[in-house]
Amino acid sequence: MGATLVEKIFSSRCGREVQAGEVVMAPVDRAMIHDITGPLAVRVFREMGGDEVFDPARVVMLFDHQVPADSVQAAENQQFMRDFAREQGIHNYDLREGVCHQVLMEKGHAAPAEIIVGSDSHTCTYGAAGACATGIGSTDMGFVLKFGALYFRVPESIRVEVSGAFAPRVGAKDLILSIAGDIGAGGATYQALEFSGETIETMPMAGRMTCCNMAIEMGAKAGIVPPDAVTREYLQARRPGAEIADLAPDQDAVYADRRAYDVTALAPQVAAPHNVDHVVDVGEVAGTHIDQVFIGSCTNGRYEDFVEAAEVLGDRTFSEEVRVIVVPASKEEYLKTLRAGLIEKFVEAGALVEAPCCGPCMGGAFGLLAPGEVSLSTSNRNFRGRQGSTEAEVYLCSPATAAASAVTGAITDPREV
Amino acid sequence: MRIWKFGDDIDTDAIIPGRFLTEYEPARLAEHVFEGTRDDCRTGVCPGDIIVAGKNFGCGSSREHAPLALLGAGVRIVVAESFARIFYRNAVNTGLLPLVCHDTGGLVEGHEATVDIENGVLTSDCIDYPIEPVPPFMQAIIDAGGLVEYAKEMKEVEICTGSQR
Ligand code: SF4
Repeated sequence: MGATLVEKIFSSRCGREVQAGEVVMAPVDRAMIHDITGPLAVRVFREMGGDEVFDPARVVMLFDHQVPADSVQAAENQQFMRDFAREQGIHNYDLREGVCHQVLMEKGHAAPAEIIVGSDSHTCTYGAAGACATGIGSTDMGFVLKFGALYFRVPESIRVEVSGAFAPRVGAKDLILSIAGDIGAGGATYQALEFSGETIETMPMAGRMTCCNMAIEMGAKAGIVPPDAVTREYLQARRPGAEIADLAPDQDAVYADRRAYDVTALAPQVAAPHNVDHVVDVGEVAGTHIDQVFIGSCTNGRYEDFVEAAEVLGDRTFSEEVRVIVVPASKEEYLKTLRAGLIEKFVEAGALVEAPCCGPCMGGAFGLLAPGEVSLSTSNRNFRGRQGSTEAEVYLCSPATAAASAVTGAITDPREV
Repeated sequence: MRIWKFGDDIDTDAIIPGRFLTEYEPARLAEHVFEGTRDDCRTGVCPGDIIVAGKNFGCGSSREHAPLALLGAGVRIVVAESFARIFYRNAVNTGLLPLVCHDTGGLVEGHEATVDIENGVLTSDCIDYPIEPVPPFMQAIIDAGGLVEYAKEMKEVEICTGSQR
């Protein structure tokens, strides 16, 4: 019987053939911890009798959720983590690089056929590099730090086959929102989404990351794209000289479900409050007044996203009725955007550009919403209270839709500006 | 114990909002449990009360602060039609018992309920609701008293052993 991508990864890392549904103790190739969930993981590691982490070279630490520290408590947590990194010889990017998932990808910490865990739910982003990557809690992370392995239930996979070419100003975010609307917030729980088809094959890494990033919004354990020439090119620059594993699902692999999508006629998509699967064509919510627009996050904080937003913006300025917050996902993306002249363009148009971090995405650090306010965000979650007051509303969309709406002051179809 | 009833897709941002995540102590987290979405929980939940919910309880963020906040409030058991994956693991790891019951629709807010884990049944208003058995490898962690206890004495783990079909 054939194997899916994740079955192949677990089989190769466990050294024997394993199938979906089995519970295995599998080795972990990389573990990521950040400022929010890391301190608890470190405490648990100690409580478990942990002394030295399994392999400091396989642990990546960075701070992104509350940077620079927005409270004394956040500062203390970061200090605690810095001390731990120093003591253990763990590489700590500290607050210099940006949002964890973007940084792990661009620093080459994720590669095909690896098993990667992070104490953050959007760790599934690294499926774009062909890794089986999943978010875990702090106690599981404490276990990983001690043993370098973790229990996994090998997930069943849903094969997502995507065909067609996107219309102008429609892209990966619209695709994944429409898939989330179709599969539902819990529709892929305990499963993996295996993306395939011509649209995925021709999609650049940035779009693949956007798609894999949101696998968790359907409850999935992982989202994964079969590694190909695009993956190779991305990794060659980031892991010079390293061998990149060949990996493809078998023709006769067994899937829990197969779903086909054609993007040819896909309109820009918006997830309306307060669920990620509450997805509609932009036209259905067009005209909705907005108070804040956030362009950034691990879903859409890359150079390509800012190019998309800047193209829609053109020579216009943002509406004075809207606070526009732009936060590149990493230093690398920030510099690319800066050098292309786009940061200047956004600032001149009236945006606030912040240094790389999670920003308003999680409602922790800054950019929080007051009761009754409405935010349009390129991030991945619009849960009630996610970006501040529980009486505020968050809509999710693509960078193009965010830019078009920031210009007009109301939710706007980017094809119409 | 009394039932606190919730719907589908209760996310971890609702259980404990992002701005309180610098805190790690269950009792302190409990001061903000369901803040802004179910404010009555903060003062009203008594030790031993149970949360009853629909599908996909605990979706979203991997924050372990969510089960810790519930534990701090005195909740020991959450019964739901299904759980989000990371929350389920986090709950078992920290000692909060997630129980799956396929139809929680008939259970009523504020009513008394008893849970008989051994026989897999929840009883409320004289009606028995069957509860799914916990998967064996999860039961081993529960029996140990959580993942910390489970891991404490172990020097190393054997990769890919303890597997079961
Ligand atoms: S940008 Fe948002 S979703 Fe991504 S890691 Fe940060 S808080 Fe989480």
